[in-house]
Amino acid sequence: MKFWIYAFVIALVLALVLTSCSSGGKSAKNTVINGAGATFPYPIYARWAHKYQKQSGVRLNYQAIGSGGGIAQIKAKTVDFGASDAPLKPQDLQASGLIQFPMIVGGVVPVINLPGIQPGKLKLTPQLLADLYLGKITEWNDAAIRAVNPHLKLPDLAVTTVHRADGSGTTWIFTNYLSKVSTQWKEKVGFGKAPSWPHANAVAGKGNEGVAVYVKKVNGAIGYVEFAYAVQNQMNYVRLQNAAGNFVAPTIKTFQAAAANADWQNAPGFYLVLTDQPGNDSWPITGASFILMYKKQKNAVVAKRVLAFFDWAYKHGQQMAIDLHYVPMPQKTVQLVEDTWTKEIRADGKPVWP
Amino acid sequence: MKIFQEESTQNRSDAVFKLITLTGAVILLLIIVALFVQLIKSSGLSLKTFGWSFLWSNVWDPIRQQFGAASSIYGTLVSTAIAMMLAVPLSIFIAMFLVELAPPVFSRWIGTGIELLAAMPSIIYGMWGLFVFAPFMAKYIQPFLKNIFGNSVLFQGPPIGIGMLTAGIILTFMILPFITAVTRDVFAMVPAVVKESAYGLGATTWEVTRKVTVRYGIRGIIGGAFLGLGRAIGETMAVTFVIGNSHRIVASLFAPANSITATLANEFAEASEPLYLSALIELGLVLFVITFLIQAGAHIWLQRVRKSVGVQ
Repeated sequence: MKFWIYAFVIALVLALVLTSCSSGGKSAKNTVINGAGATFPYPIYARWAHKYQKQSGVRLNYQAIGSGGGIAQIKAKTVDFGASDAPLKPQDLQASGLIQFPMIVGGVVPVINLPGIQPGKLKLTPQLLADLYLGKITEWNDAAIRAVNPHLKLPDLAVTTVHRADGSGTTWIFTNYLSKVSTQWKEKVGFGKAPSWPHANAVAGKGNEGVAVYVKKVNGAIGYVEFAYAVQNQMNYVRLQNAAGNFVAPTIKTFQAAAANADWQNAPGFYLVLTDQPGNDSWPITGASFILMYKKQKNAVVAKRVLAFFDWAYKHGQQMAIDLHYVPMPQKTVQLVEDTWTKEIRADGKPVWP
Repeated sequence: MKIFQEESTQNRSDAVFKLITLTGAVILLLIIVALFVQLIKSSGLSLKTFGWSFLWSNVWDPIRQQFGAASSIYGTLVSTAIAMMLAVPLSIFIAMFLVELAPPVFSRWIGTGIELLAAMPSIIYGMWGLFVFAPFMAKYIQPFLKNIFGNSVLFQGPPIGIGMLTAGIILTFMILPFITAVTRDVFAMVPAVVKESAYGLGATTWEVTRKVTVRYGIRGIIGGAFLGLGRAIGETMAVTFVIGNSHRIVASLFAPANSITATLANEFAEASEPLYLSALIELGLVLFVITFLIQAGAHIWLQRVRKSVGVQ
């Protein structure tokens, strides 16, 4: 008899737990926006979400699972929007019924661990950066590096390249840049979220933090992280030669210079990569982070709630973005994006925005 | 009448007991079969595309959609082998010391310490490995090995502290407490009479340990070793932290490498293409089969040892 009493009690507890879970989910659903994707813009999305919730009561639930995951989630329709650092090609957008728009601009910064070299002192040309990652330059006191940095006392250390172990939009931007500046890289490796890295002495870390830790722990390491991450962790960055031939440091100004030259007007589906942009002050490894949404929305109210958040972020989130070392989208581009919303996003055949 | 009733409830409770335990056993089997079937089903695309060459191809290129598991399998096997080579002899020595030589109080303290180590989550080992042990390897152990062995194939390349050897050593730390705990218990179970008779015949401590204790407990030692092996081969987080996650097969133990579990942990979330995902699931299938083969091998070996040693 005792057994049945136990069984009954256990069943009761289970039932209680299950019902409380499901009811909790329902009540919260009404005021939540669900998004998933890139880790690169996560800090600024989180900051915006926090502020926006205070003002409007709408909560943003953003899962920073990576660009690839973001694309997969929006395609599986488990989220209201996806976020990706790598733009989808116009034909892919067409095929899947999605639209994309740029939300924020950031940059990727090569960081190093060279004892005795101060931050921003090491200068690298695009060719040198590609050769380091190709494994053609294996020592830091290589003649090619010394030629560009005649005043630096470069240590006698082996080069260890650090890259992302997980598929990543940051990697996408970085390798896209290397493909643009080095034909050998383009032929041998190409660009993508997880390329096949050629250097024998290459270590990979998960996420920006993984790369940063490896760079800090290995003498003679060079890695790449997003700018905000490099700043917050006071990492030793390099100066890169841009398309105009100037050596520039990664700062908000040089990112803005790169973003200012972007021609969004003539980019169908907002497919535009901001690497290797012209301009005297442009930081060469710059990239926009994109939002993905379905053109055909099931629920106009939900769609509008999502767009309202992005509209608010465009218009009131600029200072927060700059504080976190991102570049907000210029007003002109915002207008362009919102016109696209009106044109493309529909629920029951009617435009959702404004 | 009353006696009769009691008997019937007893019968019923026995039936319920039997039913519950049987269900548990069947569920376990079902889970294993379902897992296997699901792994095969989900990796179908990759199985069809690459066939057997998946096992020995060393190309892992998500951009060109070419996948081969060789580098991951190699890393898993080599890092586990390093761990076993270091951990098995070491834990037997520790167990011998604890059972045969150490004063009881000391032995109890160390025993508690070992159990504590066994209970530590693997992420702690990983973080400790990355932040403390890897720099230590780079600064002291790797240059030391280089000094001794010169530039031999196994110890080539710059001492960066992250790579196959570090992963193997971290795994050693992780499985050491498991093997030690089991071995110690086995040694402690050797009947005192047997040992005393050996001593009585004039055997030294070393002789008693070697010829009586180890012989008596050999099955337990092997069992403990395979318990450790099972943990080492499937260990994910700690390895991911220190192995370097590089899809290459390099003879040097200093070089960064990869393991099946590390590849899965790193790349699963971002695998958006069907073939990529399928290849990752096939990696899981490979690990499943490797683990199964090892367990089966262990079983056969144990059986053989039992026959040849002739105890228990």
